[in-house]
Amino acid sequence: MTVLPDRVVVTSEQFRANREAMLAQLRQHDEQLAVVNGGGGPKYIERHRQRDKLLARERIEALLDIESPFLEFSPLAAWGTEFPVGAGTVTGIGVVEGTECLIMANDPTVRGGAFNPITMRKSLRAYEIARQNRLPVVNLVESGGADLPTQSEIFIPGGQSFHDITELSAAAIPTIAVVFGNSTAGGAYVPGMSDYVVMIKERSKVFLGGPPLVKMATGEESDDESLGGAEMHARVSGLADYFAVDELDGIRLGRQIVRRLNQHKRGPGPRGPGKPPRLDPEHLLGIPSVDPKVPFDPRDVIARLVDDSDFDEFKPLYGSSLVTGFAELHGYPIGILANHRGVLFSEESHKATQFIQLANQINTPLVFLQNTTGYMVGKDFEQRGIIKDGAKMINAVTNSRVPHLTIHMAASYGAGNYGMCGRAFGPRFLFAWPNARTAVMGPQQLAGVMSIVAKQSAASMGRAFDEDADEALRKQVEEQIERESLALFMTGRVYDDGIIDPRDTRTVLAMCLSVIDNQPIEGTRGYGVYRM
Amino acid sequence: MINRVLIANRSEIASRIIRTCRRLGVGTVAVFSDADAYAPYVREADSAWPLAGNSPAETYLRGDLLIAAALARGCDAIHPGYGFLSENASFAQSVIDAGLTWIGPPPAAITAMGSKIEAKRLMRAAGVPVLPDSSVESLEEIGLPALVKASAGGGGRGMRIVRDAAALDEAVASGQREAAAAFGDGTVFVERFVEGGRHIEIQVFADLHGNVVSLFERDCTVQRRHQKIIEEAPSPAVAQPLREAMSAAAVSAARAVGYVGAGTVEFLVDSDSRFSFLEMNTRLQVEHPVTEMITGLDLVELQLAVAGGEPLPPAALEPTITGHAVEVRLCAEDPESGYMPSSGTFRRIDFAEIDGVRVDSGVTSGSAVSPFYDSMIAKVIAHAPTRAGAINKLQRALSTAHLIGPITNRSQLLDLLPQLAEQWQQIDTGWLDRNPLSATDAPSAFIAAAALAWARSQRTALAKLPPGWRNNPSQPQQVRVGRHEVHYRHDRDGLVTEAVVDGVAVEEGWMPALRFIETEIDGDVVFVARGQYRFAIPPRYTPPDDAGRAGSTTAPMPGSILRIAVEVGDTVVAGQPLLAMEAMKMEHQIVSPAAGTVAEVFVEAGQQVDSGQPLVRIDSS
Repeated sequence: MTVLPDRVVVTSEQFRANREAMLAQLRQHDEQLAVVNGGGGPKYIERHRQRDKLLARERIEALLDIESPFLEFSPLAAWGTEFPVGAGTVTGIGVVEGTECLIMANDPTVRGGAFNPITMRKSLRAYEIARQNRLPVVNLVESGGADLPTQSEIFIPGGQSFHDITELSAAAIPTIAVVFGNSTAGGAYVPGMSDYVVMIKERSKVFLGGPPLVKMATGEESDDESLGGAEMHARVSGLADYFAVDELDGIRLGRQIVRRLNQHKRGPGPRGPGKPPRLDPEHLLGIPSVDPKVPFDPRDVIARLVDDSDFDEFKPLYGSSLVTGFAELHGYPIGILANHRGVLFSEESHKATQFIQLANQINTPLVFLQNTTGYMVGKDFEQRGIIKDGAKMINAVTNSRVPHLTIHMAASYGAGNYGMCGRAFGPRFLFAWPNARTAVMGPQQLAGVMSIVAKQSAASMGRAFDEDADEALRKQVEEQIERESLALFMTGRVYDDGIIDPRDTRTVLAMCLSVIDNQPIEGTRGYGVYRM
Repeated sequence: MINRVLIANRSEIASRIIRTCRRLGVGTVAVFSDADAYAPYVREADSAWPLAGNSPAETYLRGDLLIAAALARGCDAIHPGYGFLSENASFAQSVIDAGLTWIGPPPAAITAMGSKIEAKRLMRAAGVPVLPDSSVESLEEIGLPALVKASAGGGGRGMRIVRDAAALDEAVASGQREAAAAFGDGTVFVERFVEGGRHIEIQVFADLHGNVVSLFERDCTVQRRHQKIIEEAPSPAVAQPLREAMSAAAVSAARAVGYVGAGTVEFLVDSDSRFSFLEMNTRLQVEHPVTEMITGLDLVELQLAVAGGEPLPPAALEPTITGHAVEVRLCAEDPESGYMPSSGTFRRIDFAEIDGVRVDSGVTSGSAVSPFYDSMIAKVIAHAPTRAGAINKLQRALSTAHLIGPITNRSQLLDLLPQLAEQWQQIDTGWLDRNPLSATDAPSAFIAAAALAWARSQRTALAKLPPGWRNNPSQPQQVRVGRHEVHYRHDRDGLVTEAVVDGVAVEEGWMPALRFIETEIDGDVVFVARGQYRFAIPPRYTPPDDAGRAGSTTAPMPGSILRIAVEVGDTVVAGQPLLAMEAMKMEHQIVSPAAGTVAEVFVEAGQQVDSGQPLVRIDSS
């Protein structure tokens, strides 16, 4: 047992400045959350309520067990895109009748709950989470289907959602659809592919073609209820398994279905008592540097995340720019890899590779705390094989079979993003702090590289080099990269599972570890652990 | 000298009798019904005898079984307690005939006082003041308002107040019906009704040596529906001359019927301090402890002594009053819903030790209150040098008691006591019924605390995470407790930062204290402040009654209609047969899917129907 010391000086100017910068970023994040929670705006919410309907998040709250937590994924999806922030859908993990479930809910106040390309990305990510973690899916459906103006971007990839629902079913992961309103045309396949379907009296509308389309196609006169009402589907077509009299009754039936799903966790469960950290997580606000160039000691973060602030470090004297070690979080054993001084050298790569193999040998999930500027460059390092060493680490991360959880604490540049299990490396969950920056390289470096290349190009062609124009371009590029590397930008593209308040990190990780525990944990087997 | 007593009763009075017997070295045998098998008094007795069944008629009213039990267990006496067979002269006679000692008055005295008409006749003769009634006086002499009373009964049954002569016949008729049903004797009489009267009774004691004493009065004016709920001694309305006059009348009454043992002569005292005989209770009263506390006597001990043939001791022959005593009857009932009796198990029931406070209880933690018997579970009696002091102690005893279980009248008692202290002059026997206490809501912080305690108890998976945690807290959490709706918000550590009860925010000053408010949960009920506030939790979701099944019933398979059992316009309940059809050589009943009315019958007898063909349409009610 190694209890980490408290080295954070909360009265320091540095801490205060860091904290204020973090709080400002959190405020900005919260403002965006408020926009998302406001759905399609007051007018549409009012209209929705007048129809005696619950909002998407109200439906979810009603579905969840009392006092249970709910982890919403990518609430700010579509931020900075042409689509409404939030992407008109809510996805997350919550507890229903004692079972962790993946819950999805269309927000019908946002353009009728229509699917745009970001909605699709968010939904497919949710199905992926359900599949990877064996979570039953509860779909609270009310969607007008594809956002027609963007159909070209939705139609082909969108088929995957129906594919995924039935694939989950085949993997013995139950799927439930509670249909609160429209679920028509392609949307009809959401209940169509689900294992259990609840429809609500005079609310659900599930058909391939509505009355106008039917009239056009066959000349038949029809109405919504006879084509796809809950009564019809419950009594005649059999598409509805349960008939609810109103929305809350639909929620009740959804809960009733989950209660009988007979789910149990297949993972090893927590080992320890899950004592809280000895150090105050509140201080996490002031630890990450306001200036991304200033590194911070990740042990100060770890001390505020792990049980009892107890962290047994592995190879502390070797490759000290990367901190590795073992701990427990809410009792779940974890291995942690955390960047210290940003850059990864050969030693750090070796250390990481060995540590990842060790974690696989003992079936222990890994948590990556990213603050990296990438692998070291330069003649010496190239000659000593930094590419080969980085490749070892990326190889180990890629082929590791224990679950990975990644937190973007600050910087995530270059191949360091990959080696530290960035999004492309399939961590089970990936969250970012609001100060995080993710890009191929730092904005200044990128702009500078472009400038040097341009200068060389001009020289080789014998053209004069316009220093002023270069300076302007440099500035413009720098600004663009800075903007596109921000956490909001990344989360808008669903390149993470959401931005979280650093103070929530322990809770989020705990929830993820519990969710991961639905599956057995078995590391990669084959060779013994290579001593690097 | 009595050696072993069979107690032909149950609950608190059985315990109370056992207590004195134990102190005196007298053996005890308890009897118990099935429902009482685990009651405290059964364990407290030296031994116990089962009475199979639960209803009083099967058990505590079975004189034959009680006498057989007493003989089988070698008892030499039977104490009847109060209620049940305590005022049953033929039982008393059977006890005596079996060679046992009857701890009560002679059967003849019971009989004499058993009929109110007869008793009043005797009292008139003995010079005890009585109200004019129809057995002697004319209706004009009685005057209006008048009271119709059952001769055989008590507890207000068969009683009717008549304010208008035209209503008299109907009142008499309905009083007769009720009396006949309740007592097996429909005899009623009409008596002058005294408005604003106080119920004051004199405890008398007589021995076989010619001594008859008054142990002073008890004031039992606070009643609900003719049932006493608070009693005190001495009465604030009785000055010494009145006390002496009433005592003398009560002693005359006892002498007139040759009374022996403990008895109570009840009087109605009007606002001018004129008193009239109501009836005599020929047994130990529920409220006897207040007399014990002001006189220092043990009335059960005196009963045993007198039944054993001893003379009353000097302390009883020359009794004195010390201080003031007040008793409340704690009942498992809900004053807010018409005193509906409640039943269930007390997860916890205990009272703080307070000097001068006596608790005569029939239940302990873990005891069940069954629906078969009287709802009284305990009497709490406080004694102090002054009336105000006694009331204060009683309030303290009630408010600090843990009552975690079925609903009780504690809140009502706690509301009543200050009024009793301050404005007893305004109180008469009808006061509580005229002024039903409006239900006072719990402080909103307590409601919020109940909601939070309940919510916390409902956690399932991920229970170690901060309660109600959200990374996107879009709205407050919501819980219903009792008839209240509570919304609240947490911070990221699960501490509640904001609570709103029925739309009104709980004061901020309360917020840090909320989680320290003592709550207990038993099943679907949350108790706050030791059970002073009690909130039943409504189910979070309830299935609809008829789950949308109203509408057309359709033929489940092809067949022919045999007969139709309903007509359009009929009211039907769910499950009621609508028609019968024959299919595949089987007769199938088609029943109503829901309660409602028959809106349409689409078929007739003999008709062939196809699968899915509508048969009857029910419009849900």
